[in-house]
Amino acid sequence: MKILPFIIATTLSLPALADRLPIPADAPPAFRTECGSCHFTFPPALLAADDWRRVMADLERHYGDNASLDDRTRRQIEDFLVRHAGSGRRVSGAGATDGVLPRLTFTRWFLKEHDEVPAAVWKDKAVGSAANCAACHTKAEQGSFREREIRMPGTGGGWRHERD
Amino acid sequence: MQRLIAFAFLAASGLAAADTPSRIADHYAAGASSKRGGEFYAREFGVSEKMPACTACHTDDPARPGRHAVTGKGIKPLSPSANPERFTDAAKVEKWFKRNCKEVVGRECTPGEKADFIAYVTEGR
Repeated sequence: MKILPFIIATTLSLPALADRLPIPADAPPAFRTECGSCHFTFPPALLAADDWRRVMADLERHYGDNASLDDRTRRQIEDFLVRHAGSGRRVSGAGATDGVLPRLTFTRWFLKEHDEVPAAVWKDKAVGSAANCAACHTKAEQGSFREREIRMPGTGGGWRHERD
Repeated sequence: MQRLIAFAFLAASGLAAADTPSRIADHYAAGASSKRGGEFYAREFGVSEKMPACTACHTDDPARPGRHAVTGKGIKPLSPSANPERFTDAAKVEKWFKRNCKEVVGRECTPGEKADFIAYVTEGR
C-alpha cells in the first residue's frame, strides 16, 4: 500500500514532464545572443537533426530574414542543435523539401497540441507568428509550457485553456 | 611583468567598454548628418517583402520598442535615451548593420549611411 502514493505522484508528474522543454545546459552563449535576439530560442528537441542541418546551411535566407553568422559561430550552434535534436513523432511532418526549410510549427505534434487555439489568437498583433511561443506560454522563456501557464491574447482578457 | 600584462588587459577592456554612439559613428565616417539618417531610416527600400524599411521592425520612432516583422518577438528601442545599451559595442553594431542592410537595403550600407543612421537614432532623444 505504501507504493500507492508513489504511483499517484509518478502518474501525475508525467504530463508535466512532457511540458518541460528547457534549453540544454551546454548551449553555447551564441545560441541565445544570435538565435534569441530575433526569435524565441526553440528547444532543439522540436526538430530532427537533418532538419536543423538544413536550417543552418543557409542563414542568409532564413525564413525571410538574413541571419548570417561567421562560420565558427554557425558551426557551434549547429553542433548544439544536432546534439539535442529530437526524433520520432514529435518532429515528423516539419515539411522540408528542396528549397523549403522545415518548420517545427508544421509538425503533426505541434498542430495537434495547438488545434484548440482559436484563429483570432494566431492573428492577434501580440502573437504575430506561430513561432512566438512566449506570446501565450508565459513561462516559455524558462522552458515551461504547462497548460496552466497559458494566457492567450486576442480572446478578450486572457483566455485560459479550458482543460486547466 | 605580470602587472604590465594586467594593466594592458585592463586598458584594453576599458577601451572596449568606452564605445559610445558618437565614437562608433565617427569611426564609420566624419560629418554624420541626422537629417540624412532620418531620411534613410524612413525610406521604403522594398527589397524585402516583410521588411521593406527600417520602420517595419523598429517603428516610425526609434525611441519606441519595436517588433520583429516575421517572428513577432519584441525589439528594444534603438535610441540610447530609451535603451542605454545601444551603440556601446562596435562589433555588435557592425554585425547588425551587416545583416539588416543586406536584408532591407539589399546591399551593405556605406560607412556614411551607418554614421548618419547612428546620428539620427541618437540625436535629441
